[in-house]
Amino acid sequence: MRKVAIVGAGMTKFVRRALETPKELSYEAAKITLDSCGLTLEDVECIAHGTAPDAFDGLHQNGEYMVDGCGGWNKPTMRVYVGGGTGIHAVVHGWHHVASGLFDTCLVVCEEKMSSALPHAQAFFLTIFDSITERPLEPNLLWIFALEMNRYMERYGYTKEDMALVAVKNKLNGLKHPASQFTEEVTVEDVVNSEMMAYPVSRLDVSPVSDGAAALLLVSERVARRLTDKPVWIEGVGWSLDTAYWATRDLYYPRYTDTAARMAYEMAGIREPDKEIHIAEPYDPFGYKALHHMEGLQLSPRGKTVQLLHDGHFDIDGNLPMCPSGGLLGVGNPIAAAGTMKVCELFWQLRGEADGRQVPGNPRLGVAQSWGDLMQVSSVVVTGI
Amino acid sequence: MEDKIKVAGGTGLSAQDISSGKIFLTEDSLDCTYAWDTGVAVNRYLEELKKGKIIATRCRKCKRIMLPPRLFCELCFIPCPDWQYVQDSGIVNTYSICYVHWDASRIGKDEKPHLPAVIEIDGAAPGMGIMHILGEVEPQEIKIGMRVKAVWKPEAERSGSITDIKYFKPC
Amino acid sequence: MDKKVAIVGIGYSGFGSTTPDLSYREMIFEAATKCYQDAGGIHPQSIDSFVASSEDFMEGISIADEYVPDQLGAVLKPVHSITGDSLQGLASAMMQIKTGQQSIVAASAFSKVSNLSNHDGLVTYATDPFYIRPFNENPYFIAGLEMNRYLHETGTTREQCAKVVTKNRSNALNNPSALYGARIELEDVTEAPVLSYPLGIYDMSGHLDGSIVVLLASEERARELTDKPIWIKGIGWATDTPNLDSRIDGMGSAVYARLAAQKAYRMAGINNPFNEIDFAEIDDTFSYKELQHLEALNLCGPGEAGKLLELGCFAPDGDFPVNVSGGSLGGGYLHEANGLQRLMETVLQLRGEAGKRQLHDVETGLAFAWRGIPTATGAAVILSTRP
Repeated sequence: MRKVAIVGAGMTKFVRRALETPKELSYEAAKITLDSCGLTLEDVECIAHGTAPDAFDGLHQNGEYMVDGCGGWNKPTMRVYVGGGTGIHAVVHGWHHVASGLFDTCLVVCEEKMSSALPHAQAFFLTIFDSITERPLEPNLLWIFALEMNRYMERYGYTKEDMALVAVKNKLNGLKHPASQFTEEVTVEDVVNSEMMAYPVSRLDVSPVSDGAAALLLVSERVARRLTDKPVWIEGVGWSLDTAYWATRDLYYPRYTDTAARMAYEMAGIREPDKEIHIAEPYDPFGYKALHHMEGLQLSPRGKTVQLLHDGHFDIDGNLPMCPSGGLLGVGNPIAAAGTMKVCELFWQLRGEADGRQVPGNPRLGVAQSWGDLMQVSSVVVTGI
Repeated sequence: MEDKIKVAGGTGLSAQDISSGKIFLTEDSLDCTYAWDTGVAVNRYLEELKKGKIIATRCRKCKRIMLPPRLFCELCFIPCPDWQYVQDSGIVNTYSICYVHWDASRIGKDEKPHLPAVIEIDGAAPGMGIMHILGEVEPQEIKIGMRVKAVWKPEAERSGSITDIKYFKPC
Repeated sequence: MDKKVAIVGIGYSGFGSTTPDLSYREMIFEAATKCYQDAGGIHPQSIDSFVASSEDFMEGISIADEYVPDQLGAVLKPVHSITGDSLQGLASAMMQIKTGQQSIVAASAFSKVSNLSNHDGLVTYATDPFYIRPFNENPYFIAGLEMNRYLHETGTTREQCAKVVTKNRSNALNNPSALYGARIELEDVTEAPVLSYPLGIYDMSGHLDGSIVVLLASEERARELTDKPIWIKGIGWATDTPNLDSRIDGMGSAVYARLAAQKAYRMAGINNPFNEIDFAEIDDTFSYKELQHLEALNLCGPGEAGKLLELGCFAPDGDFPVNVSGGSLGGGYLHEANGLQRLMETVLQLRGEAGKRQLHDVETGLAFAWRGIPTATGAAVILSTRP
């Protein structure tokens, strides 16, 4: 299989409401990514870009509209779309471009501007539900997450305090991230006592609405050797989409994450992920989801994850640091961009460039995962140095 | 070190930047409505709901009785022409107590929270649930595993919609 | 490296101005079933990965990718959506096989445009919200601008554009799945009401509902699944600027088509496309587009397409048959599935399964699709009976 390396990464600050348009956010992330590895747009052969629902932007064919901000003028461009999973899936999509041998350089750009949607970005998620059998019930997006979180907690006897600890830890990590939209620590009490949105989901269990963009440059081995002595290799990719009949599967276990992770591990030659992987960036739009995904990623035994969390196993100096970036809860959640940010984090961590967040002990292998659609898709990327 | 974390752009705006007119906004909304073809399976489902019944389809190969009904089994990938009625009762697989409306606006002081649930319907294959809402129950009394039964709209008010079932109540 | 990839199965369903009998899921299930049957009766469990091409607002669903897996038999399989033309989706499927991680990949697309109340309004919604939308014009003015500029730059005539319509709608009469077959005169087209000068209403293709699923396989698997694999020799796609006012060259000539074709030809080792390719299925969403695309695809020089058309070069019995199927003008426009429709016709011709419209002695064909206004994205595929 043709080897593919990440040689550059960059992102905008994540903010509640950005002055920049989606095109401008894309430009900022793309430009700083190229600058970071000393390249110009002329060196880029193709663009693999991503952004989540068009409804946020009020633009039909949003991928076409944003493409010049991504550097796509007169280039092959292709937008990939798996809802919330898009940010990491775009890296898989970029990997396809280079690993296929069709291209040697591919700029991956993901952008999200959620603040344009009125009255609130959440309202646009009504239209993710089945148009005939579910939408007439006027569901809010939070319903499905609350239903899943409740089922997960019930299954293993986890408490709201257990779940709140994820938000506390991730937000603490995020304070050290230069792109984070947060400035304050929170406690378990803050999370549990924050406004109840949809039991068992409280406001601080949820990642925020954000604007932002993130980008990566993927290149073939030949180009990588020329550009840097510290390429970060894409060792494995996997993705899986479960049935759209979401209410017919048991929500306590993310089997789509399980399948996607196994596919990526097989490619990477990983047999014991919980022992071999040094850093995990599971998708954490809600606190419980990070734990749910750690189980699906085979990085934590089912039902034992809360204990490991309490024991500090997932802390930056623990055995398996989880979300050292701060994740979506700690940096922000501009949907597609947030996933790409996680792979940016692996890039910086594995190169030892993560400053105050640096995971000690020269980590060599990391996994990032995103989740989306109707709680049914996972995309997994394994990177190594 | 030349390669440090690269962050650029993302200029935050405050509510005041907007209310004071410092930032210009262009408003627009999509003028387009959709009339989805319901097709064979869902059309029959809605037709039966109008009659006060819940109907499923059965896969001849894997034997699953599937809800919502479908023309084909997505796992065996064969057509499923066999229809089968199921009960209008079931058990709560999971639930939530939701204090926001679909558009993220908060519910009013006098409004009751929404009570969405996944309900595993009696007579369907194990685990075959549908999303619906609960009613005639105090939120704190809801339990996973609780038995519930459909409360239907009066026949004259039914329109061939999932909302022909008003809600499910404990039984 | 350099794994060969073939089309090993193809199926379609729907193909009507309305399709009220089936939901989109049921329509796709039908097409997928036919496609898998066409590939030796393969069960989807044996397919490694799936790609759909779709746009949310066309379906009235946010994140349309959610509803992709079931009707393709792809539950818990690698699935993703490309928001692009289905030939871009095909490229994604092909790249997956070329990485070596997958061996068999399905690509699908569909249109249920009949379920939309206001398609033109939706197209406006794809234009720039600050610079274009405030004019509140019907979006087809963009096609009028392009057509006028194309005629001005190349000396192509209004009548030559009309001839594309009469040719393609007449071709469609030999295609049982084409909806808009008709025998019409040049004057019917030139004297039809004008929508946006010089574009008249007969210069536009009509809407079509339908679904297409194709199956791709690596060389090794292709040989097992079919005895008539059609090989993808080259593929390319490209995007010009989305800003209408920055399309300096792109108003008169289809820059995206030129760039996409260059890539596809290079990959296929084609130096002289007119001589090395036997026929083409080319986007003709609007009449002038067929001519403009022929020139951009380097099948003739600027301003030559209209003249060659009048000489009969692009007729079914001409030197270089174009849109023998009837194209979109004769068959109907399938929106995101447009590219797979062009591809399907090319595959049928190469397999010798095109019925009354079958061309003789064809070995290599070109399919080209454009994403329609206001976009400037297109994709080209070279197919051949020889690996």
